[in-house]
Amino acid sequence: MRLSIYRYDPDKDAKPYMREYDVPLEPTDQMLLDALVRVKTLDDSIAFRRSCREGVCGSDAMNINGKNGLACITKIADLKEPVVLRPLPGLPVIRDLIVDMTQFFKQYHSIKPYLINETPPPEGERLQTPEEREELNGLYECILCACCSTSCPSFWWNPDKFVGPAGLLQAYRFIADSRDQATSERLDDLEDPYRLFRCHSIMNCVDVCPKGLNPTRAIGKIKEIMLKRTV
Amino acid sequence: MVAKRIVVGAHYGLRDWMMQRVTGAIVAVYTVFLLAVLVMQPTLDFITWRSVFTHTWMRVPTFVCLLAIYFHAWVGVRDVLMDYVKHTTLRLCLMVIVVVALVAYTVWTVQILWSL
Amino acid sequence: MAFAVRKFDAVIVGAGGSGMRAALQLAEADLKVAVLSKVFPTRSHTVAAQGGVAASLGNNGEDNWHWHMFDTVKGSDYLGDQDAIEFMCRKANEVVYELEHYGMPFDRTPEGRIYQRPFGGQTRNYGEGPVARSCAAADRTGHAMLHALYQRNVRARAHFFVEWMALDLIRNAEGDVVGVTAMEMETGEVVIFHAKAVLFATGGAGRIFSASTNAFINTGDGLGITARAGIPLEDMEFWQFHPTGVAGAGVLITEGVRGEGGYLLNKNGERFMERYAPTVKDLASRDVVSRAMATEIKEGRGAGKDGEYILLKLDHLGADVINKRLPGIREIALKFANVDCAKDPIPVVPTVHYQMGGIPTNYHGQVVVPKDGNMETIVPGLYAVGECACVSVHGANRLGTNSLLDLLVFGKSAGEQVIRDLNADPGLKDLPPDAGEFTRARLARLDDQTNGESVSQVGADMRRTLQLHCGVFRFPDLLVEGVAKIKEIAARAVHTEIKDKSKVFNTARIEALELENLIEVARSTMVCAEARKESRGAHDRSDFPDRDDKNWMRHSLWYKEGDRLEYRPVKLKPLTVAPFEPKARVY
Repeated sequence: MRLSIYRYDPDKDAKPYMREYDVPLEPTDQMLLDALVRVKTLDDSIAFRRSCREGVCGSDAMNINGKNGLACITKIADLKEPVVLRPLPGLPVIRDLIVDMTQFFKQYHSIKPYLINETPPPEGERLQTPEEREELNGLYECILCACCSTSCPSFWWNPDKFVGPAGLLQAYRFIADSRDQATSERLDDLEDPYRLFRCHSIMNCVDVCPKGLNPTRAIGKIKEIMLKRTV
Repeated sequence: MVAKRIVVGAHYGLRDWMMQRVTGAIVAVYTVFLLAVLVMQPTLDFITWRSVFTHTWMRVPTFVCLLAIYFHAWVGVRDVLMDYVKHTTLRLCLMVIVVVALVAYTVWTVQILWSL
Repeated sequence: MAFAVRKFDAVIVGAGGSGMRAALQLAEADLKVAVLSKVFPTRSHTVAAQGGVAASLGNNGEDNWHWHMFDTVKGSDYLGDQDAIEFMCRKANEVVYELEHYGMPFDRTPEGRIYQRPFGGQTRNYGEGPVARSCAAADRTGHAMLHALYQRNVRARAHFFVEWMALDLIRNAEGDVVGVTAMEMETGEVVIFHAKAVLFATGGAGRIFSASTNAFINTGDGLGITARAGIPLEDMEFWQFHPTGVAGAGVLITEGVRGEGGYLLNKNGERFMERYAPTVKDLASRDVVSRAMATEIKEGRGAGKDGEYILLKLDHLGADVINKRLPGIREIALKFANVDCAKDPIPVVPTVHYQMGGIPTNYHGQVVVPKDGNMETIVPGLYAVGECACVSVHGANRLGTNSLLDLLVFGKSAGEQVIRDLNADPGLKDLPPDAGEFTRARLARLDDQTNGESVSQVGADMRRTLQLHCGVFRFPDLLVEGVAKIKEIAARAVHTEIKDKSKVFNTARIEALELENLIEVARSTMVCAEARKESRGAHDRSDFPDRDDKNWMRHSLWYKEGDRLEYRPVKLKPLTVAPFEPKARVY
């Protein structure tokens, strides 16, 4: 299998370059991550993140033939060769396929990603109807891989000010939770031309999400709730 | 040097976002209206075109539509400036220029429509 | 040049479920805590847990903690310590409710309570039939739990050191633990974390096998570090084979599939578990089901071209139930087995999943070792929780959903113990003069190595050896051979060479260091397995097919130094109730 991989080690390279690899595969190598692991046995200097190898931890997000995705659930058979691998766009590169995700997590943390409920908890669980729980489907499954935010032009231009699709999806996850009491504060915090309204419904986020989630719809819902409380 | 802080939380944005949608709708409705009016004319030449705009029922909607376009353009151009012009003073200056231009267009619009 | 020193009240190594539960306890007590993690916390392997967390809430039918305790003791094949098991089962409801209060999106019953489903080995009224005890968020319980815990930690302002790998313990002359060395992966910089308490929550080491449901990061770092520091590892021969890993890929398919009504078929379409476990059938405990499957395959009744796998049928549940309760499974089956499980069965094989053994601790998370005749002398300053610890609540076989419970209960209790210990003795003990030397020597060896073997080659040989010599069924000659082989591989592992010498995010160096940890685990596993002359739980020997309570109802303790073994008796006395006496184990 032929791959063309973005290489950059600030310790020794003056600037990034693309390096070609031709790696023999075993029949058990189904996913792109399997191929990358093979490459690493040939050249141990190639750096990439990986962990669960089943699409739930969100470590191995990268730009694959121009589109963001997780290497571990991208089938080799579906890829056109040579497969061009680059780090996620829009974030500073630390080395090879590893990007600095500080900005991404900063935005995630900025939306207060935790349940806020100041009433004393009951002895048992806080009750929630199955319908109320249903509202969280399509939101809580986010794995924070950053495929969406790093495919979003609005996030490229304003990663410091625009929360981005991943953060906004999580913001809505808490707004939508019947147990959360901080809806007003959350909406106040988001009502900002940069934080929320940089989203222009380009929908790249929906296109690339490896978990099939829809941040654009969540952002639309936030705007809808904001509108309802205003008019 | 003072630490670089990114201040967000301006507590506006919804109104602009709404305005873009509402003004967009106005422009769409006006476009249909204008097409209907033009189709109903026996001939389409400059004399007809000009005479259509002498009626108040035409002037007012046209003015409202153009006003909508200016508001729509304001939000759109402002967003572009916010995305690409990182220098705050420069951005503010450009925004002022856009606002002045749009206000001028509004005055000009009145002048054109009501001088026919 | 000396390593930089940073001082903390407590250092937690590992930010999975147990590490973050402990971190939360400490952060909410306003202690100065550093939580080190090789990956961003929500990427820890707890994220991959699927089926649920056990607690006898009784939301879907009557249940109580004593039944749960019975099941756990029986599931452990009477190797679990009954004091710890009672402690865990009694605490279950409390910690699950807490998790719900943190925002965990559990599925709900029509009454609005936490949804519970049946799971293997979890029964009503001391083995009468399956009980719904597994509290679930679809088939993403671990993901939902890990995120909820991280979120709560963000709220409590816990201090995370993301992408830091712990390297070695620092013990003073008295043997007390006073800190740990760790490397920042991004820069290669090593720092001494000088602390009053060091808590390991580094997870398991399933990566010692070729086929495993475990993540790449599950390399037993805490176990390797502990073993190198002269502390024994307990019960390392007991490795759980999960019955349903996707054939070929090794990816986990939750037992919740069978909890929701799925079942296993051999190539003749026979529901063979009825023969092996007439009462609970497919919901027998994992060691029993895995052995049954391996037997079917061995006797030529496996499905597939070479009869190499078993079929997991769930299409009869209907697309609606599958989409609502098992959406992640459908995704995994499509991706990794090219099967739509709403139409066709999934090909599965028993796959290494969980390490029952680990760093020996009591139920407060304190690490305990034999010393001067006392089998449970506390190592001051050292704590361990989660899969890397051996409390031992899982004994010779863990029940499904008890692992997430283990993380919560013992994460919390260890956190509380650290707080108690820090209140009792708030002083920070001095670092020994040679602190960090050991780490420096290891790193220097790795950087200066020439003509060494590649890490991937040695690693592959280790994994193949364990897979071949320490599987579901174990044979005396293979075990003896395996011990010799793994010792030879361990000798090679100290001469590995990396080509990449960069300081920046050097994953080759990380993998080499991980291999050194894996090797300790692999060695302890082989040695303990060869030495245990009986069959119990997940350890099944052809030459000793029966459980031997007279000679072997005891925990193995393996020391790295000379591969020495010691044994300590199982604690049969619970905290408040009567003990469960060992009985034959039938499901």
